[in-house]
Amino acid sequence: MSRAKLLFLQVMVAVVVLVFWHVFSTVPLGTGSDGKPYYLLPQFFFSTPLKVIERVFLMFWEGTVYKHLMITLTEAVLAFVIGATAGVLIGFWFARKPLVAAVFDPYVKMMNALPRVVLAPIFALWFGLGIWSKVWLGVTLVFFIVFFNVYQGVREVSPVVLSNARMLGMSERQLLRHVYWPAALSWVFSSLHTSVGFAVVGAVVGEYLGSAAGLGYLIHQAEGVFDVTGVFAGMVILMIFVMVIDFCVTLIEKPLLVWRPTETRTVQ
Amino acid sequence: MPPIDGAAMPAVQLNAVSVAYGLTGGGRYEAVQPVDVRVADGEFVAVLGPTGCGKSTLLNIAAGLMPPSSGESLIFGQRLQGLNTQAGYLFQQDALMPWKTARDNVAIGLEVRGTPRRQSLEAADVMLAKVGLASFGDRYPHQLSGGQKKRVALAQVLVREPKILLMDEPFGPLDAQTRLIMSELLLDLWQADRKAVMFVTHDLDEAIALSDRVLVMSAGPRASIIGDFPIPLARPRDIAEVRSEPEFHRLHAAIWNTLRDEVRKTYGLGNATKEVRA
Repeated sequence: MSRAKLLFLQVMVAVVVLVFWHVFSTVPLGTGSDGKPYYLLPQFFFSTPLKVIERVFLMFWEGTVYKHLMITLTEAVLAFVIGATAGVLIGFWFARKPLVAAVFDPYVKMMNALPRVVLAPIFALWFGLGIWSKVWLGVTLVFFIVFFNVYQGVREVSPVVLSNARMLGMSERQLLRHVYWPAALSWVFSSLHTSVGFAVVGAVVGEYLGSAAGLGYLIHQAEGVFDVTGVFAGMVILMIFVMVIDFCVTLIEKPLLVWRPTETRTVQ
Repeated sequence: MPPIDGAAMPAVQLNAVSVAYGLTGGGRYEAVQPVDVRVADGEFVAVLGPTGCGKSTLLNIAAGLMPPSSGESLIFGQRLQGLNTQAGYLFQQDALMPWKTARDNVAIGLEVRGTPRRQSLEAADVMLAKVGLASFGDRYPHQLSGGQKKRVALAQVLVREPKILLMDEPFGPLDAQTRLIMSELLLDLWQADRKAVMFVTHDLDEAIALSDRVLVMSAGPRASIIGDFPIPLARPRDIAEVRSEPEFHRLHAAIWNTLRDEVRKTYGLGNATKEVRA
């Protein structure tokens, strides 16, 4: 399928959804028993796409949203950097020291099984309502994804590649640098989209549960006053935000994963 | 006291080396009975045997990748402890680092011993040219065919100029034509500076065509060496032509005679004398 055709179909999906939303929220389907017009998607609960778009524009036009975007971005970036660094280091450590891994195994599993949302209130207590309670919530999400990937990546290095590297005269340190590290890194990058996404989730959920700024705060505020247009506008901005970040991740990972086999296609 | 002069010493000497594995749930699996193997400096020795007879195990012991259960290995007269640093090992499976280009894969063996990067890369380019991949240095392994990957692996081993080459069915996974070409390439490169070679294979034709001596191993368990055939074919050899010489056929028949019953054993068949026509 050509790129243009694909893009066209992708846009069509959005158009269909928006038109459906617009029509059923503005055109009454009939009159209810109380004499009022009856809508499938009442505006009080669903707003309308035009109103939402207008609100998004206004927020950018008046510049009220930038501060919140910056806060959420800062939280997500910090959460990712701290979580990924810790995940790589501890993943490496566990993979190279089976005893440590065996001892901590049940605790790692327990921590990972815990829904991280329940930590949000306690983090707010410990780290306050500023950005750090959100950062640490994001860290608990990012850490486990990176940790498991690095752990797996280091342990599943091909034994033949490893033997070969040893026969080529590599010391333990050189093995770490030339074999274990690249192998683990490829796993980290394959999970980059997920872990970056979770960094944003941690930030937004944290803000939602108690904060004074950020996209999650915006959405929570709008909800508090039954401003459905505001809620949808916040969601739209969040979606754009995540799309942009995801695009940046794709740009970063492409040159780093050139060595990976890709599907080859015939050309005409 | 043995002479200190390394040249007079065999490159590889396995003295009464045996291999046994502990089985899960207790017990021992005696894979290889005590065997003696000598590979003189500059000698090309093929180790031939049915699948699973433990010939690769012997190679791993000579490489220092695993210790023997008993016996000792001497490398140029020195008792081997840890990895055999004088040997290059060509693996059967893909052993290139997939995240490095062909050039980097070859150069890394020099870099880790302290050669400056630029010099290593230059040496890698020369070696890649020798194996016929001059213009493929920037490719990653996944962009190379099976035969090309083997060439890179060969360059990776040879660029470090090891005194001993250990090869574990290196051309096993390749198709028949590529194998022939790779064998030719190997002989050409070996002819230039004869290193000691221990070449493990299950291919009789390949063993005779390449080597100075063929050791035949029996089927496991308790595998041992049951034949030692010198190959008096003239060198340098042309791989394609040597197969049509009468001497080749005589050797082929003699070695196959020894090998046949062992191959049949691994498939749970009886002796050749009780052969039933298929």
